[in-house]
Amino acid sequence: MAADNQIEVRDLRLSYGPKEVIHGISFDVHRHEILAIIGPAQAGKTSLLRCINRTIDFTPGAKVTGTIAVDGEDVQKTKNVYALRRKIGMVAPLPVGLPLTIYDNVAFAPRSAGVRAKRDLDVLVERCLRQAALWDEVKDRLDTLGTKLSGGQQQRLTIARALSHEPEILCLDEFSIAIDPVTTMRIEDVLKELKQQITIILVTNLVQQARRLAGRTMFLFKGDLIEVDRTEVIFSDKPGNPMTRDYVSGTFG
Amino acid sequence: MFTETKIVRRKKRNERVAQAVFGLMTLAMIIPLLLIIGYLVVQAFPLLSWDFLVTNPASGMRKGGIWSALLGTIYLVGISLLISAPIGVLAAVYLNEYTSDNWYTRIINLGVVNLAGVPSIVHALFGLGAFVLFAGMGRSIIAASLTLAIMTLPVIIASTKESLASVPMAFREACWNVGATRWQTIRHIVLPNSISGILTGVILQVSRTAGETAPIMFTGAVFFKKIQEGNLFAYGLKDQRMALSMHLYTVTTQVTDAPKALPYAIAVVLLATVLLVNALSIILRVYLRSRKKW
Amino acid sequence: MASPRLSVELRQRWQRLSEPVIEWTIRLCGISAIVFVFGIFFFVFREGAGFLFKELDLKQFLFSTEWYPTSQSNVRYGVLALIVGTFSVTVLAMLIAVPFGLGAAIYVSEFCGNRTRETLKIVIEMLAAIPSVVWGFIGLSVMNPVIQNVFHAPVGLNVMNGAILLALMSVPIMVSIGEDSLKAVPDSYREAALALGATRWQLVYRVLVPAAKNGLLAAVLLGVGRAVGETMAVLMATGHAVNIPHSVFDPVRTLTATIAAELGEASVGSDHYQVLFIIGILLFSMTFVVNLAADLIVKGVRKQ
Repeated sequence: MAADNQIEVRDLRLSYGPKEVIHGISFDVHRHEILAIIGPAQAGKTSLLRCINRTIDFTPGAKVTGTIAVDGEDVQKTKNVYALRRKIGMVAPLPVGLPLTIYDNVAFAPRSAGVRAKRDLDVLVERCLRQAALWDEVKDRLDTLGTKLSGGQQQRLTIARALSHEPEILCLDEFSIAIDPVTTMRIEDVLKELKQQITIILVTNLVQQARRLAGRTMFLFKGDLIEVDRTEVIFSDKPGNPMTRDYVSGTFG
Repeated sequence: MFTETKIVRRKKRNERVAQAVFGLMTLAMIIPLLLIIGYLVVQAFPLLSWDFLVTNPASGMRKGGIWSALLGTIYLVGISLLISAPIGVLAAVYLNEYTSDNWYTRIINLGVVNLAGVPSIVHALFGLGAFVLFAGMGRSIIAASLTLAIMTLPVIIASTKESLASVPMAFREACWNVGATRWQTIRHIVLPNSISGILTGVILQVSRTAGETAPIMFTGAVFFKKIQEGNLFAYGLKDQRMALSMHLYTVTTQVTDAPKALPYAIAVVLLATVLLVNALSIILRVYLRSRKKW
Repeated sequence: MASPRLSVELRQRWQRLSEPVIEWTIRLCGISAIVFVFGIFFFVFREGAGFLFKELDLKQFLFSTEWYPTSQSNVRYGVLALIVGTFSVTVLAMLIAVPFGLGAAIYVSEFCGNRTRETLKIVIEMLAAIPSVVWGFIGLSVMNPVIQNVFHAPVGLNVMNGAILLALMSVPIMVSIGEDSLKAVPDSYREAALALGATRWQLVYRVLVPAAKNGLLAAVLLGVGRAVGETMAVLMATGHAVNIPHSVFDPVRTLTATIAAELGEASVGSDHYQVLFIIGILLFSMTFVVNLAADLIVKGVRKQ
């Protein structure tokens, strides 16, 4: 495995029952980069993320072939899938506050992993909420229910939750579709800061967001990897594949 | 332009007629019932008192109260609940959390529905054959409670399952994404937020257990057994005992010259118990719904 | 004191070990319902099997009306009269319950205001909670004289009495499942009908009932299942005559009541005892089929 690849995907195929939705794609994710994945709906972007952290296991009838190697280890063969999921943080499109207090929301993952000491948890909760740019707004009411926060706050809470198990990779799946532009901007700033410590995979349907944040961008279309390259190339007049230019300029999709 | 034509008037009249007819049909069931219950209460009135509840029957049931029967019912309800609640809840957890819709779950669901449809006398036969005879428990509280527990299992499974299903999938996915196991997710998020449905099922089970007669007729209920008055622990697990429902049956059909009000009084106590328990479950449901967390 | 890192490790290891154990316990509970259904069949069968295979004359059993299990000289086990007893009470009960039950379901689902609906649903739930022995008592003490006076019948404990009780007992199931089926009709049907100017009544009988007919049929079947299996109420209210009724005012005996009434006197293992268990198997099969049919029909509804 090349030294600065955190993830290497080789010939990944995914089928739901008889229907194949990802047709043998291969790509790398470099350490500490932001890789954007763009493409129209039904491209397989969400399914791809779920393959990486093995939550695809919870979908009955899903079959995965090929390899996804994270730090050299094939995720399909890992001995401890929970440790794998803790290595990878995942943020879903719709904001989810668990029906627990804000404190418990963020403490949930470390507690599930066995951390019980209150001091450690307090430190962790504050650090994650600060990193997610939510601390100032909730520090006086850590015992309110997570479900009572606004959409933008819940999405930041989700990010705090994702950071609470100290992941090395953070996956965000169209995180901004259900929140307001101001919060989106704040989260984008958060991501720019986090990039220095963790690798980020950003699935987005906002091509401009990819342009703003990502070093490299990948274009996925109906389960096929059309092109992956440096962002400037993807958004230029002459990308590797003409379909890319059509999608990026809004001609289709 | 929008004046009523003859057709419109006829349609409206038909509509009102239909509404009245269906409304009356509904009332036709309810009003007689209320009248009957009223009649029962009136007939039972002379005997209803606290004493009635806590003294034992005497001189062949003709005098005294219903303490032993009441206590017996409480024992039956409690023990069968202890057995069926954990199994029922976990069964519902299995069906809703660990499997998906395929032929396997369909068969299990069929099993639950069929278990619910078995006639109560067949449950009695089963209890007799399996617990009293085969397992050697003899006619006892434990045999009767086991029979009742199996009989009311579908009630708990059904209401728990409904409650579990109402917890949004997004919560579970959020937990899995941070590395929680299935059981951790269930234990910390799904189950605590399904308590209302579970309690509803439990209360329903209690009310059914209190009222059943046939299953306990041959597995452990007796007509008369003398126990200490006012002592809550008068029964042992292996004893036979009296129960309210059985008591009503035997007093009505087999005791001659009992005071006229006696069977009515027993019926009213039994009815009141069951209806109160059900009312409790409804109140609980409404209360919990108002405290919804999402 | 163990370092925090170590205790975290230990907890994770404990969690990995205990998770499969927990999962297996849950799995076991999951199949418990099926296990119990089989268990019921097995143990009931076991008690009656001896007689069933050795001496029972199946033709006489099913088709003779002569039920004399305790006769000294000529023991006969014909259950036809009992089957007819069950059948007659059930059919009459359904004739009463179906129109009222479905009518009430339609009313609750389509015609009444929200507050009335909530109240009615609560009342119907209470109706469903009344124990069968209390119904039997009502049959004995209230219905008995009422039937005798209103209909000038010679006896008050008869088919009619049992049927009224069974009807009142089955109605709640029919109302609740019937209402669910009506609610399950897609809103688009309703909107289309109303857009064409249909009144609520037209909506009901032209659109909703035909669309929901599977669910309504299942509701009726479940009511039938309940009626066939009911024991205490019919035991107390239908009288004790083992014969084929000629009018609804004749007393009868049902299959369920026979078992309940006679099991106490039959000594364990005797022929009479075993025959009662065989009747139990017969009952079990009947309700099994009815419930299976209802379930298949309902599944058909949900697939839509």
